[in-house]
Amino acid sequence: MKKLLIALIMLVPGMAFASAGGVHLESANINLDNDAAKQRGAKYFVNYCLGCHSLKYERWQRMQEFGLSIDDIKEHLMPANAKPGDLMTIAMKTGDAQAWFGNPAPDLTLEARLRGTDWIYTYLKSFYLDDTRPFGVNNRVFDKVGMPHVLWELQGFKKPVYRYDVTMKGHVEQSFESEAEAEAFIKEHGEHGDFKISKVVHELAVASEGQLDEAEYDKVVRDIVTFLAYMAEPVKLERQRLGIWVLLFLALLFVSAYLLKKEYWKDIH
Amino acid sequence: MSTMQNLVNWIDDRFPMTKVWNEHLAQYYAPKNFNFWYFFGSLALLVLVNQILTGVWLAMMYKPSAADAFASVEYIMRDVEWGWLIRYMHSTGASAFFIVIYLHMFRGILYGSHKKPREMVWLFGTVIYVVMMATAFMGYLLPWGQMSFWGAQVIVNLFQAIPVIGEDLSVWIRGDYVISDATLNRFFALHFLLPFILAALVFLHIVALHKVGSNNPDGVEIKKNKDENGIPKDGIPFHPYYTVKDIVGVVVFLMFFAGIIFFWPEANGYFLEKPNFEPANPLKTPDHIAPVWYFTPFYAILRAVPSFAGTQVWGVIAMGVSIVAFFLLPWLDKSNAKSIRYKGPLFKYALWVFAITFAVLGYLGVVPATENGTMIAQMLTLIYFGFFFLMPTYTRETSDKTTMTKIYFLAMAVSTLATLYYWWLFEGGAAGSMGVKLFVTAIAAGHFIIFGIKPWAKPEQSKPVPERVTG
Amino acid sequence: MSEGADMKKRRFLTATTSVIGAVGVVGVAVPFIASWQPSTRAKAAGAPVEADISKLGPGELLRVKWRGKPVWILRRTEKNLEDLTTLDPKLADPASDMPQQPDYAKNPHRSRKPEILVAVGICTHLGCSPTFRPDVAPADLGPEWLGGFYCPCHGSRFDLAGRVYSGVPAPTNLVIPPYQFLDDNTVLIGDDGGAA
Repeated sequence: MKKLLIALIMLVPGMAFASAGGVHLESANINLDNDAAKQRGAKYFVNYCLGCHSLKYERWQRMQEFGLSIDDIKEHLMPANAKPGDLMTIAMKTGDAQAWFGNPAPDLTLEARLRGTDWIYTYLKSFYLDDTRPFGVNNRVFDKVGMPHVLWELQGFKKPVYRYDVTMKGHVEQSFESEAEAEAFIKEHGEHGDFKISKVVHELAVASEGQLDEAEYDKVVRDIVTFLAYMAEPVKLERQRLGIWVLLFLALLFVSAYLLKKEYWKDIH
Repeated sequence: MSTMQNLVNWIDDRFPMTKVWNEHLAQYYAPKNFNFWYFFGSLALLVLVNQILTGVWLAMMYKPSAADAFASVEYIMRDVEWGWLIRYMHSTGASAFFIVIYLHMFRGILYGSHKKPREMVWLFGTVIYVVMMATAFMGYLLPWGQMSFWGAQVIVNLFQAIPVIGEDLSVWIRGDYVISDATLNRFFALHFLLPFILAALVFLHIVALHKVGSNNPDGVEIKKNKDENGIPKDGIPFHPYYTVKDIVGVVVFLMFFAGIIFFWPEANGYFLEKPNFEPANPLKTPDHIAPVWYFTPFYAILRAVPSFAGTQVWGVIAMGVSIVAFFLLPWLDKSNAKSIRYKGPLFKYALWVFAITFAVLGYLGVVPATENGTMIAQMLTLIYFGFFFLMPTYTRETSDKTTMTKIYFLAMAVSTLATLYYWWLFEGGAAGSMGVKLFVTAIAAGHFIIFGIKPWAKPEQSKPVPERVTG
Repeated sequence: MSEGADMKKRRFLTATTSVIGAVGVVGVAVPFIASWQPSTRAKAAGAPVEADISKLGPGELLRVKWRGKPVWILRRTEKNLEDLTTLDPKLADPASDMPQQPDYAKNPHRSRKPEILVAVGICTHLGCSPTFRPDVAPADLGPEWLGGFYCPCHGSRFDLAGRVYSGVPAPTNLVIPPYQFLDDNTVLIGDDGGAA
C-alpha cells in the first residue's frame, strides 16, 4: 500500500510537466549520443539563437567533445574576439535587451534541464501568427512569449485555428468551431448554469510555406534540442557509462561481503 | 611480544584504545535478532560522513554570494574535474539521509526503542532530526536557484506570523527585507557548522545507547538473562558479527546510492528540483513553490490549518507541535510491551494509519493546494496528532486515567470537534465537494471513536513478552 | 564463538573483501584528489597570450600578463646585443647551464630572435618584479652598468638577456617562458608549438 502510494507520488511531477499551458507536448525523441546531430544543432544555435541567448555557463571548447576541432569551432562558430576557453556569452547588454524585448532573453545553458527536451521541441514548432503581439507571433506552449519566430524562414508561418469552449465552473461542457455557435448554445441552455465562452487555439494550420517541409523542419528542431540537451549536462553520457562500472564493482563487492557475513553468522543460532 | 602487541601496549598505557574497542565493539553485546530495520543506524552514519566529506569539498569551489553562487555550482559541474560527481553525491546524499533517517525512526517506533530506559537515546535522536532539518533547509538556499530563493522566502516568512515580534524576527533572520546576499552568506556559514554539531550529537546518541544496550525486535531486555560469564545469552559481540553484517548493508545501500547518482540524479525533480535550474529572480515567483520532499508532510500540515482572528500563526504552531510530538513519544506510549509484536492490536492499526498519513501528507505538500486537498490535509493532520496524543489512551493497559492522559484525550476531542465544526458550521469555513466533506468527516469521527473513545472505555491488553528473543 | 569455525575460509573471505573494499576506497578517493587539479576555468585563464610588438621600438619594453605573472618583451638595440658578450665574467651562469629556459633560448641572447627578449619578470630570489634599467652607468648602479634589470627588494641584478650577476641574492637567470612568433609582429606567450 505504502509502495503503491510512493509509486504514484513519483508520477506526479512527471505528469505536471508533460503538458504546458494545457498543450500536449510532442516527444522530442533525441539521441544524445549522436555527434552529427549535436554539431548541426550547434551550427543552428549559433546562426539563429546566439544573437540573443547566451550559453554563459559553458565554454566554446566543450564542443570538441562531439567531434568538432578547435579550428572548426574558431572558424565557424566563435565570434572573432573570443578564445576557445571563454564562456559563451553574448554581446547584447542586459539594459538593451530589456528595452528591446521587455525581459532579456534567458540564458539557455540549462534550459533543457529546466523545461525538458519535449517542451523546447514543441515550443520551437508552435509559433503562430498573432497580430496582437509585438513581433506578430504568439506560441501555443508559451503564451504571450516575447520572442520572434526566428526559424520562420525554415518553417514558414502557421496560423491558429480557434475553438470556442463553453465552460461552467472551469469544466468544459461543449466545444464549438465558431463563437456564434457557442453563443447559440448558451442562449438555449443559459438557465442551467453560469456559462462562459473560452477562446482556445485548437490547432495550427499552414499560413505560408518555409524552405523546409515538416519532416525536415522537425529534424532541424530536433538537432537544436539535442545540442541544448548536451549543453545542459555535458557529462551525462560519461556518468552513465561510469555508473555501469560502479554497479558492477559493487555487485562484486556484495558477493564477497555477503559470503563473509554468511560465514561468520554460521556461529549464531 | 610482537611489534604490533608492543605498539598496542604503548598506546593503551596512554589512551584507552583497547578498552574502548572492547566495550563498544568486540565485547559490546547486541541482541542476536537484529533484522532489516536495524541497518539504518549505521547507514545514517555513513551518509553523514558522505555529506561532510562532499560538503567540505564543495565548499572549496562554491561561492556563497548572490552574484556568484549559481554560476559557481555550474563551475563545479563543468569546469572542476569530477566536480559533477561530488555535487551529485552531496545532493543525492541529502535525500538519502532523510530516507534513511525516516526508516531509522520508524524502526524505533516499531520496536519501542523510545521506551524506558532508552528515552535519552530517543531524545538525542529527535534533536538530531531537528538539526538535520535546519541543515537541509539552509543548504537548499545555497544553489541560489528559483526554488532555493522562493522556498526560503516562504519559510522565513512563516516567522512573520508570530504576533508582535514576527516582522522583526523575520528581518533579523534574513539580515535584510527579503532573502538576499546577507541571508545566503550566513546560511552558508551555518550550513557548514551544523553537521559538526550533528556529529557530536550522534556521538552522544551512541553513548546513551551503549549505556543501556540496544533494543531488539521482540523488545526483550537481553541483559536480564546472562550466562555464567555475565554475557547476555541472547547477545552477540557487535564485532565481528554486526560489523560484517553492516558491511553488507552498506554495499547494498551503495548500489542504490550509485544507481541514483549515475543514472537518475534528478529523481524526476524530487532530488534536484527543476525550477532550481534557473537562477533566483526576486521579481518572478514560480508557478508552484514547494519545499523539498522530506519537508512536505510538515508543509502540508502548515498549509492545512486555516487562519483565525486575522493571523496565520495557528498553522505555524501546528507544524511546530507536529515535530515536538516526537520528543514526547517516550511518555505517550503507555503500553507494557515495547515491541509492536506484543502490543495490543490497536497500536498496529495506529502505526499503519500513521505511516499512510505521513506519506499522503507528503504528497499533498508537493502538489498545489486545492479545496478538497486542503480538507483531506486537515483530516490527516488530525490523524497525525491522534497518533501521538491518543497514544496514552490506546496503549494504556489499565483503566487508570492519569491527568496527562485526560488532558491529551480532551485536546484530541476538542480538535476533532473543532475540525468537524469548521467543515460544517463555520461561516466561510471549508469549501470542497460534498463527497469529500462526507468522507473526511467519516474518517475523522471514526478515527476518534476507534482510537479514542473505544480504548478509553475498554483498555487494550498487550500480549505477554517472552523471556528470550524469538528471532 | 568459533568452535569448529573454518578459520582459513574466514581469513580468505576477510582478505578478499578487504582488498575489493580497498580498491573501492581508492576509487572514491580519486575524484576528490583530482578535483584539486586546475579547473578548466584556471586552465582557460592560463591560456597562451598574444602580444603585438609592431609598435615596439628599439630599447622599449612591453609588459604582458600570462598566468598571473608579468612577462617582458624587450626589443634590444645592436649595442645591447654587443654588450652582452662582454658581461660574461660578471655573471653567475653566463652560458645558461641551469634549466631556466627552453632549448631555443639556450644561447648568448637567450631568445629565439636575437633582438627580442621574452622573459618572466620575476626575480629568481624571492619573487619581486625587478625594474627595467636600460640607462648606462647611472649613479645608483655604478659605472660598469650597461643596462639590465635591477630588483629593488634585495638588490639582485640581471643583464638585458635576463642573466643574473654574481654576488647578488638571486641564484639563477630569469625564467624564459615557452613562446613562439606567430608572425614577425606577434608573439604567442605560453605556447611554443612543442618546442623547437
